[in-house]
Formats: sequence, structure tokens, C-alpha cells
Amino acid sequence: MSHLDALPPWAAILVAILMLLGALFACIGSLGLLRLRNFYQRVHAPTLGSTLGTFCMLAASITCFSVLHGHPIFNEILIGVFLTLTTPITLMLLVRTALHRDHEEGSDDVPPLPREQ
Amino acid sequence: MSHSLLAAAIVLAQILVLLGMGCSLVRMVRGPRAQDRVLALDAMYVNAMILLLTIGIRTGSMLYVEAGLVIALLGFAGTFALSKFLMRGEVIE
Repeated sequence: MSHLDALPPWAAILVAILMLLGALFACIGSLGLLRLRNFYQRVHAPTLGSTLGTFCMLAASITCFSVLHGHPIFNEILIGVFLTLTTPITLMLLVRTALHRDHEEGSDDVPPLPREQ
Repeated sequence: MSHSLLAAAIVLAQILVLLGMGCSLVRMVRGPRAQDRVLALDAMYVNAMILLLTIGIRTGSMLYVEAGLVIALLGFAGTFALSKFLMRGEVIE
């Protein structure tokens, strides 16, 4: 761990806290994916990991590399912007797909389609 | 003191993310329907990206951040294509 010894104590503690928070959020999100009962409840759980978990981890990474290199580094922002844009798109498409499939099968778990006027 | 704390935090964070990937993997294998499996695959992509970021902090190399960006891009493309396939039965219309 030679390069991490160059971090001042405040940066080391900040990076440690942010990393633990991010990993904890990702783990809780995946645990929810495993434990919740039906698909429409489960689709909410992993978003915890892809928003809060990712942002905590990106903040830890930005802090670590900016302090190590001595100047601000913002490459990680790209990942944050990209995930913020794409996660709602994919999950909305997936839920519409699931709803479409449930309607085609005539499942009782979903409300019926609104009647065409 | 604070550096041994950071080393322990990195190992603990990697274990937590691996645990999350394990949960997603169980859901992907068990998942009753196809959309559950696609959702679990998407969650695994995000967890893999977070794991790459922790490896990047651990080794002190900026290359892992670019690898994480590529993984996020592939995850988006994969989930989008699979959802389109489940909806219509074909990917490109």
C-alpha cells in the first residue's frame, strides 16, 4: 500500500467512509433485489446501488486521485452523468416490457388496461 | 492509524460489493421470469463497475475508471437490447 501512504489522514478517513457507504448501498440494493416479493417491487431495489452507491464511490475515487495527483481530477464525473441518464431509461423500458408480458398472459397481479373510449 | 483504517475499509468494501453481486447472481439463476433475470444482470453490471472503482483506489491506477465507464456503457446496451427483445421478439426493427 505504498501509494495510499501519501494520502493525508483527513483524506484517508474521508475516502474510507465514502467507500464503505457506497459498498453498503450497493449491497443493500442487491439484497433488496433478492428479498422483495414480486417484480414490480424488486425493480426499485437496485436503483439504490446505481445512484447513491455509485455516487459515494465516485466521490471517494475523485477525492483519492485528486489528493494523490495534487490537482483536481474529474474523469469520474463522466460515469456519474452517464448512469444518471441511462438508469431511468433502461428500467422504464424493462417495466413496460414486464407490464406488456403480464397483460398478454392475462395475469391477475397487474391492473387491467384502461378501456379505449 | 488512518492508513490501516483505509486498507481495512477497502477490503471490507470489496467484500460487501461481492456479497451484493452474489445476491444478484442468485436472483438471476432463480428469478421466476425473464424480466427478473434481465434486472439482476443490470444490477450485476452496476456492482461490477463499483468493484472496479474500489480496485482502482486500491491499486492507485486511473485506468480502472475508464474500464468502469466501458462496463457501464455495455450494461446499458445489454439491458436495452434484452428489454427490446422481450417486448417485441426482435432487437432491431
